[in-house]
Amino acid sequence: MRFSIYRYDPGKDKKPYMQDYDIVLDVVDKMLLDALIRIKSVDDSLSLRRSCREGVCGSDGMNINGRNGLACITPIKDLKEPVVLRPLPGLPVIRDLIVDMTQFFKQYHSIKPYLINNEPPPETERLQSPEERAEIDGTYECILCACCSTACPSFWWNPDKFVGPAGLLQAYRFLADSRDQATNERLDNLEDPYRLFRCHSIMNCVDSCPKGLNPTKAIGKIKNMLIRRTI
Amino acid sequence: MVKRIVIGAHYGSRDWLVQRITAVIMIFYVLLLISVILISAPHDYVAWKKIFGNQWIRITSLLFFLSLCWHAWIGMRNILMDYVHKTSIRLTTQILIILSLLFYIVLFFETLWS
Repeated sequence: MRFSIYRYDPGKDKKPYMQDYDIVLDVVDKMLLDALIRIKSVDDSLSLRRSCREGVCGSDGMNINGRNGLACITPIKDLKEPVVLRPLPGLPVIRDLIVDMTQFFKQYHSIKPYLINNEPPPETERLQSPEERAEIDGTYECILCACCSTACPSFWWNPDKFVGPAGLLQAYRFLADSRDQATNERLDNLEDPYRLFRCHSIMNCVDSCPKGLNPTKAIGKIKNMLIRRTI
Repeated sequence: MVKRIVIGAHYGSRDWLVQRITAVIMIFYVLLLISVILISAPHDYVAWKKIFGNQWIRITSLLFFLSLCWHAWIGMRNILMDYVHKTSIRLTTQILIILSLLFYIVLFFETLWS
């Protein structure tokens, strides 16, 4: 099978280049990550992140034939040859397919991704009704692989100011949580032309999410909450 | 001066809402204008002048034009925020856009009410 992979080692290479690989795959190689590990057994200089190999850790996000996704849950048989692999777009490249996620996590931390409740914790747990619990479905499943944020042009142009789809999905996860008491502070933090309103609902995030989540819908709900607060 | 990333202007949702409301107003106006033109089928300058001589057409046209300018202002500012990262250039361009929109509004009154 033919692959064309982005290679860049800042210590050695003047600029990035694409390297072609022709690899004979084994029958047990079902996912793209299996193929990459097969390539690594031939050329161990190829660098990539991976860990759980089942779409849970979010380490092996990369640009596969022009679309962001996780190598470990992308079936080889669905890919057109040559398979063009590049690092996630818009983030600084550390080496080959490894990107520097600092900016991404900075935005994630800026929305305070934890429950804020100043009441003393009850003896057992903070109860929710099934309906209240259902509201955070489709948000808590995010694995922070950065496929969505790095597919978002608004995040490419303003990564230092725009929270990005992944961060905003998590912002809504806590806005929607009936146990959280910081709704107003969270909305104050997001009421900003850069932090929230750089989203123009082009839905690249929905298209690229390997977990099938919908950040655009969550962002719409945040806008809805802000409007309800204003008028 | 310190170069820190400064955010937190605390506006945005009202503009977002205004952009949607003005869009709806413009859709209704375009539909209204198309039906007026289809019904009266003006063939010469006098007929066109008669359509825009109607006080209701003038008022709805004014509403449309103000919506258009407001909508354009929010949209243009959005584009500048997306792509122009140097504050001085952004501010200059924004001022130019406001001035040209004001000029168009004067031109609009000049055309319909003179």
